[in-house]
Amino acid sequence: MGFPHHPHPRETPVLSQYFGDAEARTLDGWKKRGGYKALEKALGMQPADIVNIVKESGLRGRGGAGFPTGMKWSFMKPGDGKPHYLCCNADESEPGTFKDRELMRWTPHALVEGCAIGAYAIGAETAYVYIRGEFTEPLYWMEQAVKEAYAAGIIGKNAMGTGKRVDVHVHKGAGAYICGEETALMNSLEGRRGNPRIKPPFPAVSGVFGMPTTINNVETLIASAPILMNGAEWYKKMSLSNPKSTGTKLFSVCGNVQRPGTYEVQMGFPFKEFLYDLCGGPLHGRKFKAVIPGGASVPIQTMDEAEATLMDYEGFVAQGSMLGSGGVIVIDDAQPMVTVIARIARFFAHESCAQCTQCREGTAWTTKILERIRDGEGTTEDLDTLLDIAEQMTGKTICVLSDSCAVPVVSGIKKFRGEFEALIQGRKFHPVIAAVA
Amino acid sequence: MTPDLVGGVESPDYASHDRAGHGPYKPVFTGDLKRELDELLTRYPNKMAALLPALWIVQREHSWVSEEAMVEVAELLDLTPAYVKGVVTFYTMYHQHPVGRYFIQVCTTSPCGICGAEDVVKAFLRHTNTGELGITSPDGKFTVIEVECLGACGFATPVMVNEEFIESVTPDKVPELLSRLK
Repeated sequence: MGFPHHPHPRETPVLSQYFGDAEARTLDGWKKRGGYKALEKALGMQPADIVNIVKESGLRGRGGAGFPTGMKWSFMKPGDGKPHYLCCNADESEPGTFKDRELMRWTPHALVEGCAIGAYAIGAETAYVYIRGEFTEPLYWMEQAVKEAYAAGIIGKNAMGTGKRVDVHVHKGAGAYICGEETALMNSLEGRRGNPRIKPPFPAVSGVFGMPTTINNVETLIASAPILMNGAEWYKKMSLSNPKSTGTKLFSVCGNVQRPGTYEVQMGFPFKEFLYDLCGGPLHGRKFKAVIPGGASVPIQTMDEAEATLMDYEGFVAQGSMLGSGGVIVIDDAQPMVTVIARIARFFAHESCAQCTQCREGTAWTTKILERIRDGEGTTEDLDTLLDIAEQMTGKTICVLSDSCAVPVVSGIKKFRGEFEALIQGRKFHPVIAAVA
Repeated sequence: MTPDLVGGVESPDYASHDRAGHGPYKPVFTGDLKRELDELLTRYPNKMAALLPALWIVQREHSWVSEEAMVEVAELLDLTPAYVKGVVTFYTMYHQHPVGRYFIQVCTTSPCGICGAEDVVKAFLRHTNTGELGITSPDGKFTVIEVECLGACGFATPVMVNEEFIESVTPDKVPELLSRLK
């Protein structure tokens, strides 16, 4: 809800309505706001019915891939005699994304509730919330919430007095972007190096500790509670555009924009109005140049593309990008694109787990070449070399970190080639001088 | 200013002083801390899964993870010291060398980068008297590093001082912020 600003009247705050409300962080405060009613309802239902409602609602994964949540849950076969696990992916580290941080530090009980509902629905007795180590504040509030929920008997071996066991544990990461990749997250949780695993086997067959596992994003799990309370139809109706993208979505906005923050809008909201109205438009005297709409690993959009976008899974794809994690990075005309893209490449080079050659070497060399161009030492072959490396880095590795590095490079060269060429030809980048001082 | 990339992985040497001057190793997991570890072990189906949490306890108590500590953790969790070291070296947040009393991490990834994070880094290097990334100041008080995306991009530039998370730091706020750190 426009946090840390006043909520904008055109937002639809469902998950974010209590951002900034300190009382909502406590168990009493959360209950006063209707908290844990959805869990109570869930524990009185058959797990299969919960899965069906979530399936029917059209909820899709909010972490980046957009996989239908109900379908993911239905892969967990009941009665196979094995312990099932739920992992909540709270390793939010995609540059530009900070929505899960706000969800956890303002509404930690919402996540405890979402985890408990999800765990029960997939036949798991244990849910692990894997939170990145840098998130000290969300970690603190999540640990408090878990403690309070245990003490009140909401979770534990007799959850809400139903005789059903639901344990929720907070697990702290230690500084590795790659642990947001689901198989790397499971390795990390098991006490291993965070190297992604080859799939198959998929987590629903053999996941954490070799048992059937479901991994869901923070926002996805939290969304399950209002869906259970208000029904699948209510959630579906919130779509403004494509029926394949339902409900509301949190977007975290950062970069060169008047009001950076976390906004919640209905799927299909016009991106142009979002950027200029809700987020307040460009900084004084500046113009928007480009947008990276779904975290650093999605294709860069030109403003023509961005302004024609409807904000849902299909809408971003139709305009040359992806919804991704909903981390909107806004870039204005004072920023040299080569510098921005070189810094993104450096990020991926730093975060590569280095087990695949294409990624380990590709991200490092991409960074070196981009930084050389940025520093005015590029050669005319460099752009072709970059595109060639990007080709080698795409679709050839265990996980998609390598692809994620190639994507902004390829889209950047394609859409802003003039800036690369100018630097190679020895012309410095001069930002347009602001018309109004 | 930015370290060279070696084989795709940045390898800044955070060490500014070695083991010299440190006393004999004191085990971490005794008394209350052993009980804390035992409680952690109940959360997982095997001992190895408690490795990351155990290393966090070590770092909380000793402010870094020494090789002796890796041996101690390995014994407690039925692992080999080499295995534990392999895990420690994978994760950037475990310090393999002593660092300054205040370990300052400044986010410079693209979203913060386009909002002026480089200038925040420069201000920290100047005012902490460290001069260079990864080097501890002569009084042992500060170590400043660049960190990849802290996940608070709307509050550029986020900075972590040990466990404290500070939002919206600008170069002019740096002297005041440092003056609070005694």
